[in-house]
This record gives sequence, C-alpha cells and structure tokens, in this order.
Amino acid sequence: MTITPTRRRAAPTSRPARGSAPRRRRTGLVAWLFAGPAALLFAIFFAYPLGASLYQSFTERRGGVDVWVGLAQYRRLAHDPSFAHSMLNAGLILTVQVPVMIVLALVLAVLLNQSWLRVRGTWRAVYFLPAVTTLVAYSVVFQVLLKTDGGLANQALHALGLGQADWLNSPGWARVSVIGSITWRWTGYNAVILLAGLQAIGREQYEAAALDGAGVLRVYTSVVLPQLRPVVLFCVITSSIGTLQLFDENYVLTRGGPGDATLTPVVYLYKIGFQQLDFGYAAAIAWVVVAVIAAVSLVQFALYGRERDR
Amino acid sequence: MNHKTSPVTALRRTAVYVVLVAGALVSLIPFYWMAVAGTHTSDELFHSPPPFLPGGALLHNLMGLQRSIGFGRVLLNSLGIALVYTVLSSLLSAMCGYGLAKYRFRGRGLLLGVVLATMMIPLQVLLVPLFQMMSSLGWIDTYQAVVLPFLANSFGILLMRQSFLDFPDEILESARIDGAGELRTFYLVVIPTARPQLAALMVYTFMAQWNSFIWPLLMLNTQDKYTVPVALNTLTGLTHVDYAGLMLGSLLATLPLLALFLVFQRQFVAGLLGGALKG
Repeated sequence: MTITPTRRRAAPTSRPARGSAPRRRRTGLVAWLFAGPAALLFAIFFAYPLGASLYQSFTERRGGVDVWVGLAQYRRLAHDPSFAHSMLNAGLILTVQVPVMIVLALVLAVLLNQSWLRVRGTWRAVYFLPAVTTLVAYSVVFQVLLKTDGGLANQALHALGLGQADWLNSPGWARVSVIGSITWRWTGYNAVILLAGLQAIGREQYEAAALDGAGVLRVYTSVVLPQLRPVVLFCVITSSIGTLQLFDENYVLTRGGPGDATLTPVVYLYKIGFQQLDFGYAAAIAWVVVAVIAAVSLVQFALYGRERDR
Repeated sequence: MNHKTSPVTALRRTAVYVVLVAGALVSLIPFYWMAVAGTHTSDELFHSPPPFLPGGALLHNLMGLQRSIGFGRVLLNSLGIALVYTVLSSLLSAMCGYGLAKYRFRGRGLLLGVVLATMMIPLQVLLVPLFQMMSSLGWIDTYQAVVLPFLANSFGILLMRQSFLDFPDEILESARIDGAGELRTFYLVVIPTARPQLAALMVYTFMAQWNSFIWPLLMLNTQDKYTVPVALNTLTGLTHVDYAGLMLGSLLATLPLLALFLVFQRQFVAGLLGGALKG
C-alpha cells in the first residue's frame, strides 16, 4: 500500500539540509509550522483516545467510576455467543464474499482492458458509481428493492414463476442480502483499481506472448496475473480489512438481525458501546477486532511473500 | 480500425459487450429505481407491476420531506459542514504533507509513523473515548464536534506528501535566495504546482464528509442540526416508513456526489490508485 513507496521515496529527501547549524534549527521550527497543526490534532483526537480505549478495555464501570478489572472483559468476550456469532459472520464474508468479489472484479477489469473497447472511461464510471453512493441512500434503495411484500426483487421472482424470499427477515436470506449488497457496492471499485494495474503492464508483453503461440487464457495466467499480484494483494487486503470493520451495510439494512444472523463485530461493538453504554466491554471488542485485522493482514502478506518466492 | 475483423473475433467482442452491458445494468438499476421511486407515492411503489417510468408525485414527496425532517435545512447543514471540513482538512493535509516531504526535523519519523498507524486503526476503536471527550467538553450537538476530530486526514497527508516529494528542491532554494519566506514560498510557488492532486483530495474529502454517518449520528441530536444521512436514517426507523420520500431524499443526497464524481472522475480515480500502484 502506501507504506512501501513513501519509505522508499523518502531516501533522497533524507539528506541533511545544507547550511549551518542555526539555520537547520530554524528550518526545524518552520517544518513544525507546517506539520504541527495536523500533529497536534492527531495527538488530541487519535493518540489520546487510542490510549484511553486500551485502558478502558481493562476496566468496568461500577457506580459511575471505571474500576480496574484486569483481563475480565476479554475473558467475558471469549464466552460471549453473540460475539462468536459476529466473528463467524465476518469469517463467512471473508471466505466467501471477498474471493467471489475479487474474481468478479478481475474478470471485469480484463474485459474493460480490451484494446478495442469503445468509451472505456464511461464504462469505468458506470461500474465505479455504486462506490460513490451515499451510504444511507444505498441502504434505503436496497430496503425497498428487497421488501418482502411488493419489493422489486420479489416481484421479479414472481414474474419468473419462482417463490418469494423474505430477504431481510429470515436469517439465511438476510445474509444473502447483505453479501449481495456489499458485492454490488464494491466490485466495480476493485475492478477500477485492477484495471489501472492492468494498464500499467505494457501491452507489448501480452503481444509478445501471443506471438509465441500462447492462448488468451495462457497469456493471462502466466504473463499478466503474476505482474498484477501486488495490485490484487492491495484489493484483497483492503477488502479484508473492510470486511472486518463492516458496519454500514449490516447496521442500516438489518441492524445485525434477525437475531444475530448478520451481526458483525463492529455492529456488536456499537450496540454494546452506545446502546448498552458498556464502555469497557466495547473497548475490549474494539481491541480484539484490531488484533484480528492485524493478524489477517500479516497472514495475507506472508502468503503473498511465499508465493512470490516460488 | 482499417483491417477487417474475423467472424470469430466479432463474436468474441459481442460477447464481451453483452457481459459488460449486463453488469452495467446491475450497477445502474438501483440508481434508476431510486429516481423513478422518488416521483411516485409510497403505495404505487409496491404495486404489481411496479412503476418503471417517472410518476407525478415529485412535489408531494418533496413537501413531505420538508415537513418530516426539514430537508432544506438539512441539505444546507450537510453542505456547510462538508465545505468547511474540505477546505480546512485539505489545507492541513497540504501543509503537513509538505512539511514531511521537504523538511528534515526531529519527530518526523514519529509523525509519519502516527500517520500510517491511523490508517490501520479502525475508527470504531476511537468512538467511545472520543464520544466521552466531546461530552466532557460539552460539545455534543455542535458542529465543531462533527468536524474537528477528523480534520487531520492521513490519506490526504500521504497523498500530498507523495506529490510534493517530486517538487524540485532547486526551485525552493532559488525562492529562498530571492528572499521569499517559507510560508510565502509554500502558498505562491509550491501549492500552485500541486493543484491537480489538491483538487482530487478536495473532491475525495468532500465526498467522505458528505457520506459520513456514524460520527454525526453520535454527535448530533436535534433535528435542525442533522446532516442528510442522519436525517434520512431517522425516517427508516418509523413504523410507517414513507419509502417514496426516502427514495427522493436518497436521490437528492446522491446527486451532488454523482455530479462531483462525473466531473472529477479522472483525478478521483487517480487519487485512489496512488496507493495501489506505486507499491
């Protein structure tokens, strides 16, 4: 992601500034004039709450004061069926929705990359549109589309002579609906990123492979995909992090229900923190989510590194 | 396009277009349905067959929205908040990005580390402490509580830093020799060269603030201070949901974003890709 390039690019500017020592001290001051305001805001609104939340996760509110309870909140979390359910839901989306979406996005990107395609910019815009929609608008539209009585989806099923589905109120269908709407919203976004990755690979490379007698599929699997791997990894990691932080769709479409069927860790955190006002427990949930995100990203990086060595 | 295409190629190309059109329909139908639904009454929406063309209830729905959530006021709130946020946040990003790109100073590594860390920590970790902070400051239900905590924007800082890294040091040196102060140099010499990236950042920032939901939902609790997403959300929780009004509200909330996106598409997509491609 952005980490590698910034670090790598930083090297040339890292040369010590020319000039005498007092002059350098002055530029240090000037530098803080530029970077200071943002740094101050980060300290107040990022570093402090981050520390506060970590501390809070070891406390419990009793009679209006935070009491230190050690790991009790984390132990409670380990035996909380709702939290387990929310992790399972995230896991399901991570292992089913993310791969399906990335493959769909890859196919789309390859189609959009055909050299003879007309008005490529328009296609790209059309596919990207779902990602720029206002969240609430998007969830409202899907609520109306998926309404059990008379919603467009059920009317279409009816017209085809098929049965009706209780899209948002039965556990199974609610999962399908949430997964479907996430896919609708983010596939094009990933496709546009992958398309840019494809465009960065010189066309002469495919042409050379094609001249050597490789079929279309072969060209893609052995020439294009290996080079596209960093961009695919970027999409997989951002989608995975997005899945583990999933809140919007599940909160607005189903409020995590019915039961815990579409509960995600962050929707659960929100309910615990802001509906039950159990701040210590909410903080513990938050830090477990952070740990899981870090672990999943690390695993993905490791897998990626191993594949590259092959 | 001078050479003739063989029948097999033509067939293959047709197939690609068919798939693309089908995908585009999936992508666009919800938008179309939103536009159509906003011009019908709620009852008409769920008729069988459903309406496929615009109806005549646009004004009725608009007045309904104005009555139920004061939609005009809410739109202005959203616009004002998003504009103030965009200007301040982009300025801060540009300044901080410039400082990180062009100066070497004590604490630079730490600051860069913090910037990167904010991108990896989910917002939800900060929600409870931030909420408590705002509440002890007595800032609940104020606009500064909505805007201030997220003004420093890591994505923007990294984006601006990236674009300033390429700025030639010689020009800075010669501006210094000419006696221009550091701030003057920044505003008059450096900023103008980064205009495209700054424009992309501003579009991105505006959209993000316009769409922002959880934080304003937590901070604002009187109706005449609500932003569009928060106000629309109150409508979804009622026992008798006015779906047509909601669809119209959603359409009006989406239109500014669509317009911005279509105008600045190139810059916007380039900005998003900055991180993905230079890896």
